[in-house]
Amino acid sequence: MSTLLRQETIRAGDPFMARIDAGQRVRLVDTEGNEAIDTFFFNAEDPRERYSAVDTVRRQRKVYLTTGTELVSNEDRTLLTIVDDTCGRHDTLGGACASESNTVRYAHDRKFMHSCRDNFLLALLNWNEDFSKRDLGPNINFFMNVPLSADGGLRFEEGISGPGKYVELVAHMDVLILISNCPQLNNPCSGFNPTPVEFLLWDA
Amino acid sequence: MPSNAFLLEERIPAGCHHALLLKRGYALRLTDLSGDGNVGLLAFNADERSERYNMADTLKAQHTHKLALGNVLYSDMGRPLLSIMGDSFGWHDTICGTTNAAMIEATYGLNDFQLARNGYYRNGRDGFLMELGRWGLGRRDLVPNANFFSTVAVDDEGNIALSDASYQPGAWVELRAELNVLVILSTAPHPLREGPTYPEGDIEAGVFWAGEVPASDVCRTACGENQRGFENAEAWFALPDGGPKA
Ligand SMILES: [Zn+2]
Repeated sequence: MSTLLRQETIRAGDPFMARIDAGQRVRLVDTEGNEAIDTFFFNAEDPRERYSAVDTVRRQRKVYLTTGTELVSNEDRTLLTIVDDTCGRHDTLGGACASESNTVRYAHDRKFMHSCRDNFLLALLNWNEDFSKRDLGPNINFFMNVPLSADGGLRFEEGISGPGKYVELVAHMDVLILISNCPQLNNPCSGFNPTPVEFLLWDA
Repeated sequence: MPSNAFLLEERIPAGCHHALLLKRGYALRLTDLSGDGNVGLLAFNADERSERYNMADTLKAQHTHKLALGNVLYSDMGRPLLSIMGDSFGWHDTICGTTNAAMIEATYGLNDFQLARNGYYRNGRDGFLMELGRWGLGRRDLVPNANFFSTVAVDDEGNIALSDASYQPGAWVELRAELNVLVILSTAPHPLREGPTYPEGDIEAGVFWAGEVPASDVCRTACGENQRGFENAEAWFALPDGGPKA
């Protein structure tokens, strides 16, 4: 019987960072439904090794993430595996929102809205000042629906998640998890209404 | 673009790596002579190299997962680094990354330098690192690359496969620099390419002067997102050396 080590509520629009040891199991809960949880991982011992969206897609020959997906690093090693998923499908190609990309996607006056990049940078620099923007790459967007079409298109669509849906992962090595509970108000990735999410951690 | 007008020219053998500084207004024409080639590409703002090609921002700004005529390669700072001003190919991959040594050996067999001297089977990851290292960059800067001359189809369930459309001998693409851009290239095979024969065939890389971007430019006018992206690139140059021009 595994022991609950930690339970945290991540408020809407907030960053979060934690260490997960090899063998531990983490659950992310979409408490109220359709909340994008922008998530990234580092090898805790060597943060130059980090989550790689393209290596994850290439290894499983599939663009969506769900139960059984191995989250692969830039060194082609498995960081974590998704072991349970009541939502069914997660994105890893849409990246994180940023003030700069907001100006491109929506309007120049959206520059000063809160963003996942601001959360990522703040959490990383508070954790260890050796981190910088160079350490970021395309992340996972749990509970976000970004379908790709056969003619080459990509869209941000209404979510397919719902209240209480969750995803569970088991770590294959000691990792750092970096989260931004997405504050985006310009597209349906958080249902135009960012809400809190739950982080739970169990021992091996 | 007549090839006799190239200001710089290079023939890059399959598997190798190369870099060039492409200043604003110059363009790089890549040609896949054999049709079996792949060009992995990374791009950095040469004036501030923490700014770099961002796959996710490129895709979501243009609602695409393929690159073709009219698309731009966005940096993580909301500016186009390179714009695809000409393209005979039609669908360049963005979502598969590159190969490493183990993948190359698994697909093509062991053929290292000791066995094959300079005919050895090179991989994209090592080639990118060798080139990034020359410019003071490293592992942190090896982000997801674009793959020119490789088409990756996606089905309704999200499954991906390398398409036969990748084989187009003589295909070319023209990439115009919208900032001063450090371009890093690897001609290692695409990660979904099947063995057992390692590709042969050179990539031709020629640089020409493309000039000012006209208001009617196909990349700039492709969508409102790109209009704003080009405005962001212009803002980067809003404070020229020596003060504003009279
Ligand atoms: Zn966000």
